[in-house]
Amino acid sequence: MSSIERSPWLIHYDASSCNGCDIEVLACLTPVYDAERFGCIVTGDPKQADIFLVTGSVNHLNAPILRNIYDQMPEPKAVVAIGACAYTGGVFSECYNVSGGVASTIPVDVYVPGCAAKPESILGGVVRAAQILKEKEKAARKARRKARK
Amino acid sequence: MKGIEICIAIAYVVVGPLLGGLLDGMDRIITARLQGRVGPPLLQPFYDLRKLFTRRISPVNRLQLPLIASHLVFAVLTGVLFFYGSDILLIVFVLTLASVFLLLAAYSTGSPYSTIGAERELLLMTAYEPMVIIALVGLYGVAKSFNFYEILGSKMPAYLYLPGIYIGLVYVLMMKLRKSPFDISTSHHAHQELVMGLTADMGGPALGLVELAHWYESVYLFALVLLFFSSSWISALVGLAFTYLLIILMDNVTARAKWGFVLSFAWVVALVAGAGNLIPFYLISRGTP
Repeated sequence: MSSIERSPWLIHYDASSCNGCDIEVLACLTPVYDAERFGCIVTGDPKQADIFLVTGSVNHLNAPILRNIYDQMPEPKAVVAIGACAYTGGVFSECYNVSGGVASTIPVDVYVPGCAAKPESILGGVVRAAQILKEKEKAARKARRKARK
Repeated sequence: MKGIEICIAIAYVVVGPLLGGLLDGMDRIITARLQGRVGPPLLQPFYDLRKLFTRRISPVNRLQLPLIASHLVFAVLTGVLFFYGSDILLIVFVLTLASVFLLLAAYSTGSPYSTIGAERELLLMTAYEPMVIIALVGLYGVAKSFNFYEILGSKMPAYLYLPGIYIGLVYVLMMKLRKSPFDISTSHHAHQELVMGLTADMGGPALGLVELAHWYESVYLFALVLLFFSSSWISALVGLAFTYLLIILMDNVTARAKWGFVLSFAWVVALVAGAGNLIPFYLISRGTP
């Protein structure tokens, strides 16, 4: 197991959801689901996070914030879009201010379905994102080795 | 005699972080069990550290990483001097210097979160420093020495003579190990009002170095506790385990305090428990030849 797979640290940002998915994200940390089993820590600091959990639809006000958090994270990084709103904008997709899902602003690696998404599937998404991070790390290492040659 | 001490000091440099990491790992498991969770594997802190050193992040400025490296160097030096058997009073000054480097690293970024964290850390240092000095004076009173091995070898049950100072030292330990309610400058838990504070602008290898320094620090802090229970093997084991579990319990049952409370409360503890212990101890020991 690579080191990143053993300790994926998370940062959670609520773009503009109804809070349903956010409550489920926090439920992942409770005794029933216990995300720390997988070495997850919710850091609250983009510079220390590996996986970016985003809930809710993106609008013109929070798109720069989303971009900012994403840019501050170290390489390699993965984004998990949680819930229907983070996928397409959900029930808010027709609103005049909504620009769509998370993918309208930053690249998304894993989509977790649901409205609200279940804690089990959120944990599944995080574990999948950790695997993607491992592959990204491997690819980056290969690219660096090639560049050195 | 000096040869053994050099060996122990070198062993500290090698084994120190392993011990500190294991203490951290056990802490996380016990905390999880107290909350009814399974918790991470025992070696999780080592996985975290290894990952932090593989992360690629451009530093905030050119000053931050050298300052953090100095913090680590002086944290290690404190422990080395401690186990080499240097004067404990000197060690306290090196310990303060190590903390000052971490403060400077946080201040250098100019971010409001780091600045608030650094200011709170400064308050914490003001809060615990008087108690550390009182503890050393008390240990000198018992063993008539400022040398780690001479205090350890004096076989005096210091906890019987200095119960108040022991309580004061537990407060210092909770502040140094960043435990609730005194984790005002930085915290590992994201549920606090100021999440990272001091380490807000440190990512990847920079945070790894801070973690490593923290492990080194925790080892000699527990060695300082050991001085209170050095009368026998059993009392040493029981005393260390009790202190360790007490600090974890306090971390889990208390909420973060405001800085004003931390400062005034620490000074009241230093004055009441520390000085209140020193004065009767001085009077009693003056009576005995």
